[in-house]
Amino acid sequence: MSETHKDYAGDKFGMWLFLFTEILLFGGLFLLYSVYLHRYPAEFHAGGLQLSRVFGTLNTVVLITSSLTVALAISALQQGRKALCLWLLTATIALAGTFMVNKYIEWSAKIAHGIYPGSPEMAAGAGGTNIFFGLYYVMTGAHGLHVVIGAAILGYCMLRIWQGRVSAEDFGLLENGGLYWHLVDLIWIFLFPLFYLIS
Amino acid sequence: MPFALLTKIWLALLVLTGITVGVSSFDFGYLNVLVAMTVAGTKAFLVIFFFMHLKYENRTLGIFLLLVFVILAIFIGFTFFDVAMRSGASS
Repeated sequence: MSETHKDYAGDKFGMWLFLFTEILLFGGLFLLYSVYLHRYPAEFHAGGLQLSRVFGTLNTVVLITSSLTVALAISALQQGRKALCLWLLTATIALAGTFMVNKYIEWSAKIAHGIYPGSPEMAAGAGGTNIFFGLYYVMTGAHGLHVVIGAAILGYCMLRIWQGRVSAEDFGLLENGGLYWHLVDLIWIFLFPLFYLIS
Repeated sequence: MPFALLTKIWLALLVLTGITVGVSSFDFGYLNVLVAMTVAGTKAFLVIFFFMHLKYENRTLGIFLLLVFVILAIFIGFTFFDVAMRSGASS
């Protein structure tokens, strides 16, 4: 036995405190969104029509499923099923990759159509449309960054599990990594209707 | 947590996604936003309570989380009152 002191409850509470700051960070962006939706309802409506509902729904299903695989991975580790846990985490990271590929296709198509903040077409068009897509890029971009970081954290968890440093007896790291991943899913749950279903 | 319970929560989340997409193709005016946010709130509740294990955590954590949402509601709500009540300032 190592002499390292473990404070399982404290670790988890610290993770939650960090998640609270994340909630307030995205809260500020949601505030901007709601104020501008109130000011430019027609432009936001038209902007939402230009986003692919199919891609948005697909990505929602992908993220919800990835949340399930992480939750299952934690249960599997607690039950001592290490191989199953690693497979479930592999699936989660693959789903994160799928999400980012979809995002890449979406963003490229938008940029190819001249829809990006400050593009000549946006600058010449209605002010509200420019703001809608500005918020779209900032909010889905900040969220996408969280997806990449979350996948990296889960990759690190996989390494520690594979090494046996995180196990059925000591699963705090995976639980906290999982909490971060669920937060990524939570934010998307609100981003999806606000941007894709507003039309 | 049992795999069956987690899978049921996942199914519920998929059904709720279907509902929110389905409802959005009809025009109910202001109600659309209300339905979308109610469904999103329900989904968030399921994720927080079951996937994030809040149901099984101690009460302190729950109170802290509630406090965060109250702060967020004040933050968004009160700013929104200000913006909504201004007259003639919109351009």
